[in-house]
Amino acid sequence: MTDLIDLSLSEARDGLRSKDFTAVELTRAYLGAMERSRELNAYITETPDKALTMAEASDKRLAAGDAGTLEGLPIAVKDLYCTEGVLTTAASHILDGFKPPYESTVTSNLWREGAVLLGKTNLDEFAMGSSNTTSYYGPVRNPWQDKTAPSRHLVPGGSSGGSAAAVAARSALAALGTDTGGSIRQPAALTATVGFKPTYGRCSRWGIVAFASSLDQAGPFTRTVRDAAIMLRAMAGHDPKDSTSAKIEVPNFEASLTGDIKGLRIGIPKEYRLEGLSPEIDALWQQGITWLKDAGAEIVDVSLPHAKYALPAYYIVAPAEASSNLARYDGVRYGLRVPGKTLDEMYANTRGEGFGDEVQRRVLIGTYVLSAGYYDAYYLKAQKVRARIAEDFRSAWNSCDLLLTPATPTAAFGVDEKQDDPLQMYLNDVFTVTANLAGLPGISVPAGLDSKGLPLGLQLLGRPFDEGTLFRAGGVLEEAAAFTAQPGLRA
Amino acid sequence: MSNLIKGKTGEWEVVIGMEIHAQVTSNAKLFSGAPTTFGAEPNSQVSLVDAAMPGMLPVVNAEAVRQAVRTGLALNSKVNKHSVFARKNYFYADLPQGYQISQYEEPIIGEGEIEIDLEDGTTRTVGIERLHLEQDAGKLIHDQLPEKTLVDLNRAGTPLMEIVSRPDIRSAEEASAYVAKMRSILRYIGSCDGNMQEGSMRADINVSVRKPGGPLGTRAEVKNVNSLRFIRQAVEVEARRQIKLIESGSEIVQETRLFDPNKGETRSMRSKEDAHDYRYFPDPDLLPIEFDDAFIADCKATLPELPDAKKHRFMETYGLSAYDAGVLVAERETAEFFETAAKACGDAKLASNWVTVELFARLKEAGQTLADSKVGAEGLGGLLALIKDGSISGKIAKDVLDEMFETGKGASEIVEAKGLKQISDTGALEGVVDKLIADNPGQVEAYRGGKTGLIGWFVGQVMKETKGQANPAMVNQLLKAKLDG
Repeated sequence: MTDLIDLSLSEARDGLRSKDFTAVELTRAYLGAMERSRELNAYITETPDKALTMAEASDKRLAAGDAGTLEGLPIAVKDLYCTEGVLTTAASHILDGFKPPYESTVTSNLWREGAVLLGKTNLDEFAMGSSNTTSYYGPVRNPWQDKTAPSRHLVPGGSSGGSAAAVAARSALAALGTDTGGSIRQPAALTATVGFKPTYGRCSRWGIVAFASSLDQAGPFTRTVRDAAIMLRAMAGHDPKDSTSAKIEVPNFEASLTGDIKGLRIGIPKEYRLEGLSPEIDALWQQGITWLKDAGAEIVDVSLPHAKYALPAYYIVAPAEASSNLARYDGVRYGLRVPGKTLDEMYANTRGEGFGDEVQRRVLIGTYVLSAGYYDAYYLKAQKVRARIAEDFRSAWNSCDLLLTPATPTAAFGVDEKQDDPLQMYLNDVFTVTANLAGLPGISVPAGLDSKGLPLGLQLLGRPFDEGTLFRAGGVLEEAAAFTAQPGLRA
Repeated sequence: MSNLIKGKTGEWEVVIGMEIHAQVTSNAKLFSGAPTTFGAEPNSQVSLVDAAMPGMLPVVNAEAVRQAVRTGLALNSKVNKHSVFARKNYFYADLPQGYQISQYEEPIIGEGEIEIDLEDGTTRTVGIERLHLEQDAGKLIHDQLPEKTLVDLNRAGTPLMEIVSRPDIRSAEEASAYVAKMRSILRYIGSCDGNMQEGSMRADINVSVRKPGGPLGTRAEVKNVNSLRFIRQAVEVEARRQIKLIESGSEIVQETRLFDPNKGETRSMRSKEDAHDYRYFPDPDLLPIEFDDAFIADCKATLPELPDAKKHRFMETYGLSAYDAGVLVAERETAEFFETAAKACGDAKLASNWVTVELFARLKEAGQTLADSKVGAEGLGGLLALIKDGSISGKIAKDVLDEMFETGKGASEIVEAKGLKQISDTGALEGVVDKLIADNPGQVEAYRGGKTGLIGWFVGQVMKETKGQANPAMVNQLLKAKLDG
């Protein structure tokens, strides 16, 4: 028998159903893997006892023929999701000791389908970052190594770096992330995992610590496209507790993996051909085009004229919302409180100590762009840009069904790189933010290795609520790429 | 122009705009399902949303939206079919989210106007600028622990309507009349209970003064005034403070002030320099509020006859004065009481008098409201019917009302049991009159000799003899016939 942790989620599901192994056995295998890969710092909190209890319950349901779609499957959860009675930190000092008395809708959906919680994964503080280096709990190490410098500590991307690293290193079968500007797709690309960002409104945001409300969206990390389809189906659905969640039925996404994309029109946005784009990334992109073309798709050139303004617009809208969303962390009701002589002093002490540099930077930017006299020039302008970008996509959909782009401008970089230049760091999101600004679904699929042996991903973007087509084309891309390489630091 | 205030340098005009915060009658908060019971144990009416726990999201209370639309319609205002919730950002310990969800650029209700009733029976129109929905903050308790402040979040998230008037108000009386009218309308339609003592209705008063016809002066805002009497006082003292300041060569500072009813003065709370930059922006957790004409029509269909319409109808149908009609319609219950009593006795003017004078006086003395009264509208109507048909005199009726008020018994029952029924039997009265004339020849002489004023003495004697039960009109008639004849 192959090692249980090498099975994909769909294989593990099928194995459990045909009683090849039990949920407890599978969970123990993952608990072992989690322990072996602690040097990656992928988890903030491990929940082995809870995992075994849940697995035992799953085995009972499996035996009774009462299994959910994720029955007995061990999954990691980004520590931005509130989990009842389990420490929830958002990787921030300010949430010290916070154990929510409630469970997020998306995780509730997973447990309802029988999934098993392995633990809470590391992330950039409040999901603000692209390298998982802003966590109060320390950086996450990418299990992939630069073959020219294997001891070099590389980042897994961010903000969902812990989830990406855990799935890549086989210390979780799948994991939950959130994607505000690329926080699922970028780390997926840097760790050779599949990262899926659904349409805004597809999954409930209730119980997920908010970063930027109009951009945040829950999504899965998996090792295969099929696994992502299975996960999303369980996660998604209308939630009356989230006013922005869509009243749209959730299809069986797995069923859309037909392997047939004949006649599908794939748009190639010329604005993504950035000046100075690395030749390796460009070559991979061309390879992706060829793969899809060979599978029968039609390739169309499209234009997203306002895409170049997406990154600056994003870095106004997201901090603006964050500055307000993070106002509740004030030391009054929960988490960290650093005393002061007056209320204002207590606020300043608590937030000064509780928030890291990047969070403080974004709160300041957000406060600034919303201030009287600057609102029109920054926030309002950014919202106008956002509307234009959405319009660009709408007109693109007249001539194509999906867009194909690189997922990231570079492969994984060193943990000490780009740290003193926030703007350089923000560029990581250049290919991903447009989808968040327009609320569109996107997927990052592992597509190849660069000269240093580091993974690269390709991104597909689709129409709102047309995730099915993304899975279908993603599956074709995955098959064509036939990516089988594994990271050196896997469990 | 009686509104002008005399200062050392001549007359001044007061210019007032009002912001009324009215708590929406709803059993739930604006964005969470938590209850809103007044006076509950601290922090017992708080949901995860109200406490701003991480990841919690607001969902708008549809009933609050419906009540806001009904209120807008009752204020003759434009209903906006598309409106937006915005965040008003500031830090305070009673504000768990660090922002208040309110409406800013796109309120649910736009411009309108209401008519206010003044004491001399005249009316004035006051413009409404807007009405928007927003959540209330919690409460800080400073006096329970020596070194600490406690936070009670029961009120946090309670739905409020902020109703902003145009600066159309010109005197303390008008300010009070405006709030009274607003309260009356809100209570009529049931969108707010109007309870100023419990704080479910509070007023912020923007006051400035100017020379008549001159440019507007700098205004000061007097916050959270919670009774009609205090509103009058606050306007008076603030206007006088400003006039005195200007006349002594100083300038008015734009600031927020607090009215202290004990000292009868306003005090500075914070100046414009300390004013927050609220950094309003549309709340990304909430979709715009949108509805169609059918929804507005449904809301409209639930509105009762409003105070102004009722007042005009009372004046036209029942021939009441503007003042009496105004008093009767102020509370919906009073108006209904009056109409029932009027129908029962068939005399609206009589009913109006007895409700506003006799009954109100007794209620006031007993410290009761109409709802507590043992005298019902039908009961009062029954009493008045007895006056109308000559069964009892008005004077007797007052005694009967006293007993009804005390015991809750019916008028006829009391009249019957005590034998108070008026003697309208000519035969019976004739005997009394004849005896009186026979017993008092001197008085008869004097009367017939020209002292006709003595008729009052004769009437008094008959009434005395009959213990007040004689029908005075009939006695008068009989006496005149006998004495003159």
